[in-house]
Amino acid sequence: MSARGAGRRLREWIPAVVVFVAAVGLWEGLTVALDVQQFLLPRPTSIVSSFWTDRHSLWPAGWYTFKEALGGFALGSVLGVLVASAVARFRRVGSALLPLAVAANAVPVIAFAPIFNAWFNPLSPHSKMAIAGVLCFTPVLVNTLRGLQSASPRQIELMRSYAASDFEIWRRVRVPTALPYVFTALKVASVLAMIGAVVGEYFGGALTALGVIIRSDAQIFQFDTAWAAILVASLLGLTLYGSVAAVERVVVRWSPELRSADR
Amino acid sequence: MTSSVPNAPVVELAGITKTFARGDITALDHIDLALHAGEFVSLIGPSGCGKSTLLRIVGDLVEPTSGTVTVNGKSARQARADGDYGIVFQDAVLFDWRTVSKNIALPLELLGWDRERRRERVERMLELVELGGFADHHPWQLSGGMQQRVAIARAFAFEPTLLLMDEPFGALDEMTRDRLNLELLSIWRELRSTVVFVTHSISEAVFLSTRVVVMSPRPGRIAGVVEIDLPALRTVETREDPRFFALVTQVRELLRTRGEHLLPEEEHALMEGSG
Repeated sequence: MSARGAGRRLREWIPAVVVFVAAVGLWEGLTVALDVQQFLLPRPTSIVSSFWTDRHSLWPAGWYTFKEALGGFALGSVLGVLVASAVARFRRVGSALLPLAVAANAVPVIAFAPIFNAWFNPLSPHSKMAIAGVLCFTPVLVNTLRGLQSASPRQIELMRSYAASDFEIWRRVRVPTALPYVFTALKVASVLAMIGAVVGEYFGGALTALGVIIRSDAQIFQFDTAWAAILVASLLGLTLYGSVAAVERVVVRWSPELRSADR
Repeated sequence: MTSSVPNAPVVELAGITKTFARGDITALDHIDLALHAGEFVSLIGPSGCGKSTLLRIVGDLVEPTSGTVTVNGKSARQARADGDYGIVFQDAVLFDWRTVSKNIALPLELLGWDRERRRERVERMLELVELGGFADHHPWQLSGGMQQRVAIARAFAFEPTLLLMDEPFGALDEMTRDRLNLELLSIWRELRSTVVFVTHSISEAVFLSTRVVVMSPRPGRIAGVVEIDLPALRTVETREDPRFFALVTQVRELLRTRGEHLLPEEEHALMEGSG
């Protein structure tokens, strides 16, 4: 990408930044003007100040939860891609499994969080990784499978005319076709992973975990700390999503969604 | 890659019949046809005459119900395995994730050519289709005509003995089509391949070919073969040659009289296409 392209992209962000700053300003102004109680809605300034003063507990807690999310994200995504690849090899299994996977995708997996806590040690990060992993698994599976199955029949016919083996067709046609689908799923999964880790912690976890801090602080009316913890979770979620999107931009810059930016 | 027997046909079709299981439709009925080295043969006929199916049978992409295909003295399967075929479809069928030069290099990669040899050949092909400045572009950045030129460059790149083209210019506007016809002929003259060309357009078939095979539908049969005795070097003026018009009329008459099963709209489409 050229420097000019970067400049243009930066300029495209300006309206969003303006709206964000205005919204936070309005929030601050209204909470002061209407004298809103701290426990209903703390002011942005007090959230940010507690984000800083409680940094010694909040930031490590964020890192702890982030690692859980990351572990679950990696586990669920890798398994999703692997299972999808295996299923795509066998068309009949695929057509039997795809509707089930779509249905599984609609199941509110997060409802299983307390059960996962019971299955694994609720205090260990593994139970949260499992929740995040299961959340990530189905969208990645469904999208990857769809991607692997949407290779153009003409492209495959062309490859056959070159006497290309099934493996060559898989490597040079099916996988590249599937990549944009995979990245769409990974972006969804990156968000779900953070949700899974934090919500999993609501049902019990180590005292140094972000979800536990949010819950206990809310219970003792430390709402500014709870909000600051949510801010930490949001920032980390954005970071994970942004990293996936950045990798996507490098790997599949030819995909229809991204190509206009590079033209 | 040529046959060991001199003057043996590049392609020999004997008694090719193709029926489709559902509703036992006979797409092709006992087709016999021989193509010789360096020929440019067009298959023309209304929809449903099985011309695209015949092309795919030659290329071993569709299996005939009965009959034999011999390519360079081998079975079609063996010919495909040996890389004897170059194929161009109606749409360019380019790979969006590859640049123009990587698209052209694809068959060369599959044949195991080394990097240096690939680079040289791709460069030559880009020159041949006049896309020298577009090597690092992606397909979606090109116009339809340019995309089809990339597809042609890719098909000719590894010098297959047999080029199979399935309405390659059918989706292009007429001016682009006329220009690409000339380009295709100059590449064909330079590389001396044998071409099988499926088209809907009578004038395109006459302009390009050394021989036009007219097919009739339901079941697909060869209605007649027209030898095109125009000068070997075709130019823009060829289209104004009285002989050109005479041949166009001859093909059209064959389509009319022998293709009596034509539906009115198909006939209309053929007449339009010939314009």
